[in-house]
Amino acid sequence: MNYEVFIGFKTIVVKETLRFARIWIQTILPSVITIFLYITIFGNFIGERIGTIKDFSYVDYIIPGLIIMPIITNSYMNVVGSFYSARFQKSVEEVLVSPVPNYIILLGYITGGVLRAFCVGAAVYFVTTYFTELKISNLGFTLIMTFLTAFLFSTAGFINAVYAKSFDDINIIPTFVLAPLTYLGGTFYPIEALPVFWKEASIFNPIAHLVSTFRYGFLNLVETDLTLSLLIIISLIVILFLIALTLLSKGIGVKN
Amino acid sequence: MENAIDITNLNKVYKNKVIALENINLSVKKGDIFAFLGPNGAGKSTAIGIISSLVTITSGNVSVFGKNIQKNPEFAKKNIGLVPQEFNLNQFISIEETMINTAGYFGITKDIAYKRTEKLFHKLGIWEKRKNTPREISGGMKRRLMIARALIHKPNILILDEPTAGVDTELRLYMWDFLKEINSRGVSIILTTHYLEEAERLCKNLAIIHKGTIIQHSSMEKVFEKRRSHTYILKTSEPINKGTTINGLSFIKTDKHTYEITISNGISVTDIIEKLKLKNINVVSMSSKRNILEELFIELTKEKTQS
Repeated sequence: MNYEVFIGFKTIVVKETLRFARIWIQTILPSVITIFLYITIFGNFIGERIGTIKDFSYVDYIIPGLIIMPIITNSYMNVVGSFYSARFQKSVEEVLVSPVPNYIILLGYITGGVLRAFCVGAAVYFVTTYFTELKISNLGFTLIMTFLTAFLFSTAGFINAVYAKSFDDINIIPTFVLAPLTYLGGTFYPIEALPVFWKEASIFNPIAHLVSTFRYGFLNLVETDLTLSLLIIISLIVILFLIALTLLSKGIGVKN
Repeated sequence: MENAIDITNLNKVYKNKVIALENINLSVKKGDIFAFLGPNGAGKSTAIGIISSLVTITSGNVSVFGKNIQKNPEFAKKNIGLVPQEFNLNQFISIEETMINTAGYFGITKDIAYKRTEKLFHKLGIWEKRKNTPREISGGMKRRLMIARALIHKPNILILDEPTAGVDTELRLYMWDFLKEINSRGVSIILTTHYLEEAERLCKNLAIIHKGTIIQHSSMEKVFEKRRSHTYILKTSEPINKGTTINGLSFIKTDKHTYEITISNGISVTDIIEKLKLKNINVVSMSSKRNILEELFIELTKEKTQS
């Protein structure tokens, strides 16, 4: 990457970061409030009746899943919202007529989504420390998983933004795909507790793999084959990135 | 001399099978102010979109300073500044930030970008509004902002799609001077406009596009030579009797003492005025009904439609 291209990349990243930072009440705060409610209701009120899961209190068991939920939705929504908005206002043309290569445009938007995910992740983790003294067992691994998760869903958000024809379209995937996958992905219970069909189907649910790897990072608890989970997540990243890059290079959704 | 832009056998067919451009051949000389004219939907914006990489090419070639834009997109983009017809500004950031971001996309550091922004904003009279968002400034200011934005990376070619649409006369005149000044610094300018007077005043060469094909591509001088007739509006001291003809030409009354007369090439308007005088009718004032380019434009597009 030469210096001029680096400036282009930095410009997109700064623009994207300032965008979500300016409207932090809409971008950061809702996840903090949601996590507070989840822990209060599920963790404390209901959790006390459930008792322990795999030697962890219920609140500790669900915390990794609760943290990954806003990481997924925020990385996704940041890119889909920002890129669709740029398409809608046609301000995306500013970057399309510039010499910034397509892969840098894509990486710039993804990095914006990743940064928002880290900000939200840190904020919600801070909230959890009010309820539990849980320490992160494998910090490095957890950070890597945060990055991979955010990267994956930022890329998915970009693809959604390319195809979206209205602001309504940017909420379809989070509502009808991400939310069900999250609730079926073992956030609130171990996958083994699911009926056989859903348990077997969960191997195709990337969020189940993410929750499982995140839980390993936080609790040092191995629930699935970590190597397989990582392989699936990295493969999905590569596939979605190549799809997004192809769409951008062909000008789909942005050029006539 | 090397051309700023060369377009050869360019075709564009949209997904809905609409043929926007059909075998377009065009060249714009380096340092020229080039007018690209045509009625709505003729293909002007499509052609401009292709040159500036916003529209994909179906077939054909476009070169910028001799380099194919598909093979050398970065070179082409660095050399082109685009002022699109529609406002395409981020509505949520200040106009100064828009400039800094655009500069960044072209690899320009912030400190240089701030200096250039200050200079351009002062020049275009929007410095005081630098902290405002596009939502908070007028249409004319947005138009000026888009020109400033297109110039932030000091392009060698400036493409303006209807730059003075919706701006008042005073600002239009100011913009014409501004464009002339930029051109005097060696920047080639391509201009699409509905105001044919604008093209007549600014441009040395032009192309007229109609229904996706070029129907005229020449110098402005040759265009004027090509005109076949011109309509004048005469105000007379006395009424002209109905049925009066001079040199076979008749007068159409439009108002009391106001007449239209269409004079073919080769007939002297002075001769007609003198012959009216012999009939004790003085011509008090005389003006062109349309400007010359407008008449030719109508003639050519009518011919094309009929053919």
